Amino acid sequence: MADFQAGGADHPDLLIVGVPLAWWLAFTRCRLKAVAETLVSMPLVLPPSVLGFYLLLAFSPQSALGAFLDSQFHLRLVFSFAGLVVGSVIFSLPFMVQPLQAGFQSLPASLAEAAYTLGKSRRQTLFRVLLPNVKPALLSGIVLSFAHTVGEFGVVLMIGGNIPGETRVASIAIFTEVESLNYATANFYAGVLFAVSFVVLMTVYLVNKRYLRPT
Amino acid sequence: MIEFAAQKALHTAEGNIRLDVAFRVAAGEFITLFGKSGAGKTTLLRILAGLTEAEAGRIVVDGEVWFDSDAGIALPPQQRKVGFVFQDYALFPNMTVRGNLEFALEDGQDKQLVDELLDLTGLTELQGRKPVALSGGQRQRVALARALARKPRLLLLDEPLSALDGETRLRLQDEILKLHRLFGITTLIVSHDLAEVFKLADRVLLLEQGRIAQDGKPAEVFAEHKASGKFTFTGEVLEIAPNDVVFAVSVLVGNQIVKVIATAEEVACLAVGSKVMLLSKAFNPMLLPLR
Repeated sequence: MADFQAGGADHPDLLIVGVPLAWWLAFTRCRLKAVAETLVSMPLVLPPSVLGFYLLLAFSPQSALGAFLDSQFHLRLVFSFAGLVVGSVIFSLPFMVQPLQAGFQSLPASLAEAAYTLGKSRRQTLFRVLLPNVKPALLSGIVLSFAHTVGEFGVVLMIGGNIPGETRVASIAIFTEVESLNYATANFYAGVLFAVSFVVLMTVYLVNKRYLRPT
Repeated sequence: MIEFAAQKALHTAEGNIRLDVAFRVAAGEFITLFGKSGAGKTTLLRILAGLTEAEAGRIVVDGEVWFDSDAGIALPPQQRKVGFVFQDYALFPNMTVRGNLEFALEDGQDKQLVDELLDLTGLTELQGRKPVALSGGQRQRVALARALARKPRLLLLDEPLSALDGETRLRLQDEILKLHRLFGITTLIVSHDLAEVFKLADRVLLLEQGRIAQDGKPAEVFAEHKASGKFTFTGEVLEIAPNDVVFAVSVLVGNQIVKVIATAEEVACLAVGSKVMLLSKAFNPMLLPLR
């Protein structure tokens, strides 16, 4: 199933996009901050199918962006696994960015300033000072966005379609099986999804607890 | 040699004031910035370090221009080579004591300096600990050692000892002095504590409302009359008790309370909480009020 694949492929991408974005949002004094914050948080309130619909329009080979991606990079994001990953990165972004941004903002400003006076660049400061000190926030970002990726339905169905072995994710597979009255298979999928999610979340929480313990 | 001139609008608790200061510092000097909170001391230090930008001014250190508003030059803090000790120490919680010091080294710099600094500040035994497991005084030592690890040109200390108890404070003052002399490093310290100013600094810049009100040796700046006592201490009046025709004034000097007999005339310009200079001439101790 594409689910955990998407969850797995998602996470590195989500971190690459989410960490710098959260850092920027936490420390910028740029006036566009409010707009950026709103855009990042939109998936929280917008029905997933709305986002999926717009992404479908944007990525379709008939649109400017879709045509550009197709002609320049031979990248077709509609009804493909890659498109699914892009869609779910955007959709899960608030779950990664918000805890991280709050984590960064809770650190004393002097921490980053101390690193700057010690001659360290912003990047070195982010990766060696700030990020290691917001580990709990990072972990909750990962947990929330992972859980969200696994459970999502609307965006995936819109942009990924329902292609077995390619873009069929568990939640959609369950829906399909129920529709064709295959309750036993649906039950099996649902059970697997439940068990795997439980184990993953449990593991992360246990690890998190260990980090939070003062040494 | 530092040439410093800066102007900046400050929004303080007591309203808006304008920071407008200019001074020169000779190499190796130990200078205290003294003044009420909101007078602009911390901002001045931050402008020097590049953490806050002045609206106008010029900063030249050893011939290198760090800031020049006319020429549009403003070096980032990374390129200024200052050691900055923050009021909250700003130790990196994810690193050990040793890790904090090693982080401060520049690429390719010899790690031997870390051992040396750990040894000088008595932290060798604690080098494997994380900052949470240290006392306030120990944290302050780490911050001090870390600030020196990069071999900075300037050491800037923002009220480094204000959160510590009396005894630790005195010991750390000695340590700061020791390191200052050993490295011969030009040092600026923000302080609220008169005794500290007298003990540490060659020179005081008294800041009032964003301007330098006085500049000179501590004894010159704080005593209204020039004292010629043999021993001088600074202290704070704790109690003024009438005793027949004279008064017994209890003065806190360092950690000790000293009772001094004073005449009604001398007591007239004192109140509980007054800062005083206690000086002992050949016969009797005298109290002089400080500003």
